[in-house]
Amino acid sequence: MQPDQGQTTAVPFWRDERVLKILGQVIFALMILLFFAEIIQNMQAGLAKQGITTNLEFLKGVSGFDISETVFPYDRNSTYWQAYQIGLLNTLVVSVVGIVFATLLGVILGVARLSTNYIINRLAAFYLEFIRNLSLLVFLIFWYLGVFLKLPRVKEAIIWPGNIFLSNRGVGIPWGIPTASYPTFRLILIFGFILALIVYFSLRAYSQRTGRAPLTILWTLLSFIFIGLIGWVILPEKPLILDVPRVEGLRLIGGKVLSPEFMALTSGLVLYTSAFIGEVVRAGIQSVSKGQVEASRALGLNSFQTLQLVVFPQALRVIVPPLTSQYLNLIKNSSLAIAVAYPDVFYVANTIQNQTGRAVEMIGMVMLTYLVFSLITSLLMNWYNQRTKLVER
Amino acid sequence: MRKLFAFTGMLIVASLVLAACGGAATPAPGQTVTVKETVVVTVVAPAAPVVVAPTGYGVTLETVKARGALICGVNSQVPGFGYVDANGNFSGFDVDYCRALAAAIFGDATKVEFRPVTAAERFTALQSGEIDILSRNTTWSTVRDTELGNNFVHTTFYDGQGMMVPKDSGVTTLQDLEGGTICVQTGTTTELNLADVMAALGVSYTPAVFDDADSTFAAYSEGRCDGVTTDKSGLVARRTVLADPSAHVILDVTMSKEPLGPLVRHGDDQWFDIAQWTVFALFAGEEFNITSANVDSVKASATAPEVKRLLGLEGDLGLKLGLTNDWAYYIFKLVGNYEEVYNRNLGPDTPTYIPRGYNSLYTDGGLLYAPPFR
Repeated sequence: MQPDQGQTTAVPFWRDERVLKILGQVIFALMILLFFAEIIQNMQAGLAKQGITTNLEFLKGVSGFDISETVFPYDRNSTYWQAYQIGLLNTLVVSVVGIVFATLLGVILGVARLSTNYIINRLAAFYLEFIRNLSLLVFLIFWYLGVFLKLPRVKEAIIWPGNIFLSNRGVGIPWGIPTASYPTFRLILIFGFILALIVYFSLRAYSQRTGRAPLTILWTLLSFIFIGLIGWVILPEKPLILDVPRVEGLRLIGGKVLSPEFMALTSGLVLYTSAFIGEVVRAGIQSVSKGQVEASRALGLNSFQTLQLVVFPQALRVIVPPLTSQYLNLIKNSSLAIAVAYPDVFYVANTIQNQTGRAVEMIGMVMLTYLVFSLITSLLMNWYNQRTKLVER
Repeated sequence: MRKLFAFTGMLIVASLVLAACGGAATPAPGQTVTVKETVVVTVVAPAAPVVVAPTGYGVTLETVKARGALICGVNSQVPGFGYVDANGNFSGFDVDYCRALAAAIFGDATKVEFRPVTAAERFTALQSGEIDILSRNTTWSTVRDTELGNNFVHTTFYDGQGMMVPKDSGVTTLQDLEGGTICVQTGTTTELNLADVMAALGVSYTPAVFDDADSTFAAYSEGRCDGVTTDKSGLVARRTVLADPSAHVILDVTMSKEPLGPLVRHGDDQWFDIAQWTVFALFAGEEFNITSANVDSVKASATAPEVKRLLGLEGDLGLKLGLTNDWAYYIFKLVGNYEEVYNRNLGPDTPTYIPRGYNSLYTDGGLLYAPPFR
């Protein structure tokens, strides 16, 4: 009465598909493990024979070199680990600044590319085609040697309105210097930010409930600025003093001086990546069917409202995944900083590796760093992608 | 996400493979390379470019002879020391040392392949066996001699670190550079000395650190920096290829000791000896006045026992090094003695003239001193 059971027991395990599947996995995993073990053991044996050991103790040693751009105080007596952190933060600064500006410029370019204005449309198309077909390394070196180092010397610096100094020692811009009351002001700003968020979400809930379209963004911004202004006025001392750059001796001081290396790297990365983002945005917008636009126009929405309320939310689903890879590209491309002498994490790691001979450790650390940066970015973008996906019915 | 992990894992593996192969078959001195190790390397990483560093007593010479050419890591950007000339040939003081070594091994100074390496990659190139010897104006220091796995052969050029500034800047001392920017090359002792000296003087400055000599001096000539620092010999050499050499002055300060010389990797004492005695032969050639022009007549009429031993007419010093007895003869015949090498590249008739200073024989008040050939 149990023919099925009889059949299954008749199949030997080496022909049982379920067993074979698991067995295959196990063998593959074992092979990989063996491969790893052999490689690592081989490396350690090789290094040991040359009297070289691998560990991270050396990071506590005194670095003995100086770095041009430091986020926190650093000098030759600092440790290698501190030097590495400087590089890490410099990479972070370039990545964040780069992503923000590349996104802004990219969206503008993508929209301009689809503009019905012939000149804007052609200009954007030319820009996208031109930039996308350049080599990034060449582009960066062009910005460094061809633009920022060609600016006049400090004493003949070009001064733009608004006290912007352009010289081959860097670009000086006016910058706020925090005073004693700044910490209080920062608290007020945080409060303003929270209030703005509340305004934003309540207005959005209101709009969804009633179907009206209040000026959500405008009110949100206004409430933030309002709180900020109140803070600025009521504090006994101004929280920030405007500091203007000026020439002193061999250098620019005061304000915020952006080095030619930083300027070359960020302008190169931003202009380059924005071209790709522009194409991504254009593709996203074009993926929304024409009927959607026509329908929204028929409902009486103007072209900006059409873009904001109908086209963009749908386009985002197509835009976000490739946009993530552009962000990842930008972060990883920032390691080309070494070509323009900007001390990012790869550059500093290179210097440390040179002075200590710890190639294996340093390359490992750099790989891990970029991996973590990229994974965090993907994680955030995937989370955002999930959210934009939910818009879909 | 899992895919990403897997991919990065692969990358790490790949890099470890490269690193591993670099050091894999390098037994301690006296130990022989076992077949097992070679097999492991080739079986485990068949796809990766396998670079097996030949080390162990006598292994390097064997490899070089089997290959039929010496591979020498040199500079390609410092005129007078290591430079690619207009015809695409390597020339310079450090380059000629490689030729002397090839002459000693093969009796043929052309059996040498020059491999340009940057300051940053030079030690890795040597350790991984990509080059047999590094002759690239490299400063002898403790860490490099120990932890980095190198053996410095001997100092061939006694140098010191200097500072070059534009003449119209009016800078005459390091203190005048207060608040300025200084161009320097990464991965050098120069970079460390600069930090040391400036810290000791209490001068604040901003370093602008570049990857190679060309970009360092390109940025300097664009006015990115108020000064540029490297070994004095390097400054003299690089000044000749600036747009207007007369517009730049080298300050009269010496920031450090920079003994420059060739180096080999740890583990092959025979190779170390050959490299070292080639340097001594160059010194001795000048001391005994044996030149490329007169070496044949000296050989025919030599009476002084040490000259006879040096030229292989008496005893078998060359065989003891693992070479032929006329090794030194070929050095003088094909390359010349120290003085000839020096004058050819750094002498008064060259654009990169550097007075000999410490780089004279001990008999002339310098530091060059060869142990006895016996």
